Amino acid sequence: MAISRRDLLKGLSGVAGLLLAGAVGVSRFPLSVTRGQTSHKNADRQWGMVVDLRRCDGCKECTGACQVTHYLTNDQEWIKVYEVETENGGTVFMPRPCMQCEEAPCLKVCPVRATFKNEQGVILIDQELCIGCRICMAACPYNARYFNWWDPPKPPGPFDNPMPEFPVPQQRGTVGKCVLCVHYTDKGRLPACVEACRMDAIYIADLTTGVMTNRSGETYQLQQYLQENDAFRYKEELNTSPRVWYVYGHGQSLDRKTKG
Amino acid sequence: MDRPLEVGTQDIRAAAVAPILQPGPMFWPLALFLSLVVLAGAVAMFQQLMFGLGVTGLNNEVSWGFYITDMVFFIGLSYGGAVTSAMLRLTNAPWRAPLVRLAEATALVTLLIGSLFPIIDLGRPDRMMNLLLHGQVGSPVLWDVVAVNTYMVATVIFLFLPLIPDMAFCRDHLGPAAGRLRKLLFDRLSLGWRGTPGEKNILERNMTLVAIVIIPLAVSVHSVLAWLFGMTVRPGWNSTIYAPYFVVGALFSGVAAVIIIVAAFRKAYHLEAFITEQHFKYLANMLLALGMGYGYFLFAEVLTEGYKMEGMSMGEGSGPLLEELMLGRYAPLFWGFVAGGLAIPLALVSLPPTRNVSGIVAASCLIVVAMWLKRFLIVVPSMATPMMPIGWGAYWPSRVEVAITLAAVAAVPLLLMLFFRIFPILSIYEMEEIAEHEESEQEPAPEAAGVAAW
Repeated sequence: MAISRRDLLKGLSGVAGLLLAGAVGVSRFPLSVTRGQTSHKNADRQWGMVVDLRRCDGCKECTGACQVTHYLTNDQEWIKVYEVETENGGTVFMPRPCMQCEEAPCLKVCPVRATFKNEQGVILIDQELCIGCRICMAACPYNARYFNWWDPPKPPGPFDNPMPEFPVPQQRGTVGKCVLCVHYTDKGRLPACVEACRMDAIYIADLTTGVMTNRSGETYQLQQYLQENDAFRYKEELNTSPRVWYVYGHGQSLDRKTKG
Repeated sequence: MDRPLEVGTQDIRAAAVAPILQPGPMFWPLALFLSLVVLAGAVAMFQQLMFGLGVTGLNNEVSWGFYITDMVFFIGLSYGGAVTSAMLRLTNAPWRAPLVRLAEATALVTLLIGSLFPIIDLGRPDRMMNLLLHGQVGSPVLWDVVAVNTYMVATVIFLFLPLIPDMAFCRDHLGPAAGRLRKLLFDRLSLGWRGTPGEKNILERNMTLVAIVIIPLAVSVHSVLAWLFGMTVRPGWNSTIYAPYFVVGALFSGVAAVIIIVAAFRKAYHLEAFITEQHFKYLANMLLALGMGYGYFLFAEVLTEGYKMEGMSMGEGSGPLLEELMLGRYAPLFWGFVAGGLAIPLALVSLPPTRNVSGIVAASCLIVVAMWLKRFLIVVPSMATPMMPIGWGAYWPSRVEVAITLAAVAAVPLLLMLFFRIFPILSIYEMEEIAEHEESEQEPAPEAAGVAAW
């Protein structure tokens, strides 16, 4: 059998064609997708958070409550409290949940669409899809993502159906992060960290109605509050449009705390 | 100019197939030793599959380490073989003939090993197929999957085409000593080659075609590897020169790897008559050019970052990263790379007293080790740079990671040794074609003069 040039070229172009077809089949545009149930009563909410650093005393009860709720190990701080040194030598406590970026870098880099944005603008992870490549952890500017290096602890009780909205138990070899407790908010309950914050420093905000509220029920007009209190977003310059706002300060409100 | 091809046709053929039948007394002991190292890596891999990535030294701050370093390193090595072989073919450098088979086989073997590392690094390798079932084209990981696989197909074709006539030679001339299995393989892979002028014409055209295609493919592979990092905002990785920087780095380490492999097999299988000191000098010239290119990129990177020292006051950003690299905890590794990967080897290959086989091979060994170090310095310090107001991340590889890395290193010579028990170590076809071509032109051709100027 002599190979003709035609045969050889046919073979080569066949291989090239297959690869191209594979690439096209693989690439189901668009880059980001929105998933989630549409029929839900909270479908038109757009969740965010406001953290009043003037009130935070660094007790880390938000972290603990989150870990209890989601059966996490101690190194998985989905909301992590950082102690930040200020220019004049003082410190500020800064709780960091997932920032729920509107232009989330983690969402863009995920090769298998495991990370997605639900209808309420919350970034969630489908841990049934996640392959554990961890490029989302490299891409997140806030270190808000945590990998399950070992088998996660087995929660007692009937948690055998982990969902992106309530990923309990976690799965070894996949990435987890703050889910803004959408399984609670869907039932009209506050996220675990908001509920646990004795200092009333953490507020949940709905961008659709423009209302924010905390554990004690202090409720404000979101835009007005942000403006009046000079709220800022961490690493605003990166243009990821985070949905978590901070009010700067340390302990200012401890003495003259007003409610309602 | 040294004439590497002043040996008879019979000698070429005999030398090319000698390793298939008589690999020498050291073959089995060495193969056994390398297999044990690979086996140790397999045990470590099993441990990792059983217990998860917790058995590595990785953590939530530094979540990429040895495996990603190894991936960039080994895929980079594969570059040297494919691209040097393709470039030398396209520039019609006749001295390439005895090197191409070794270079292309090195390319394939290192690529196969390198492409395992992204899978080893996965938390859930069992879900690898999700990349195809749920692939998102915007992810740099997916770009890698497509580019590496395409490049792998091209590398196999590039290696296979000049093997067709060699397989026919083995089919016709290796007696029953070759064994049944080899005989079957020779039969199948020679595709009925008879050596007619028509067949040769087709083969030559297609070899040139693949040589043209493989260069942009190889460039694309290392570019997307760079973009795996370049698409993030992390200090160090947040760079626009990463793609060409990676391409030159891959070529640099790849040519060094080819030199080491060529030297080792030349010594083991006594190929000195075909692969002369002059060949090493030509390759050393490539090494010198690529090394200066890489040094230039490094300088451009360090100068533009260091001039501004961005983020220095906040403790996060590219300024603190540069300080850690040049003066801090990574300084021994960084300056170790500058000295061992650039200054010393480039001096070795350019200064007359060491511009010989042993000097060039020593330089190549230094470069390969230093380029692994450089990839480590690309991956880990950027990961360890604080993104939040907290201290630097810490990473120390576990025994599992070290064992798997050593296994990959041992697998390169092992797979090549086994490869040349089946396939001729020299490209008989190309050596004879070029020899014929040179004989037909008694006067030195202009291209030969060009080669002498190398």
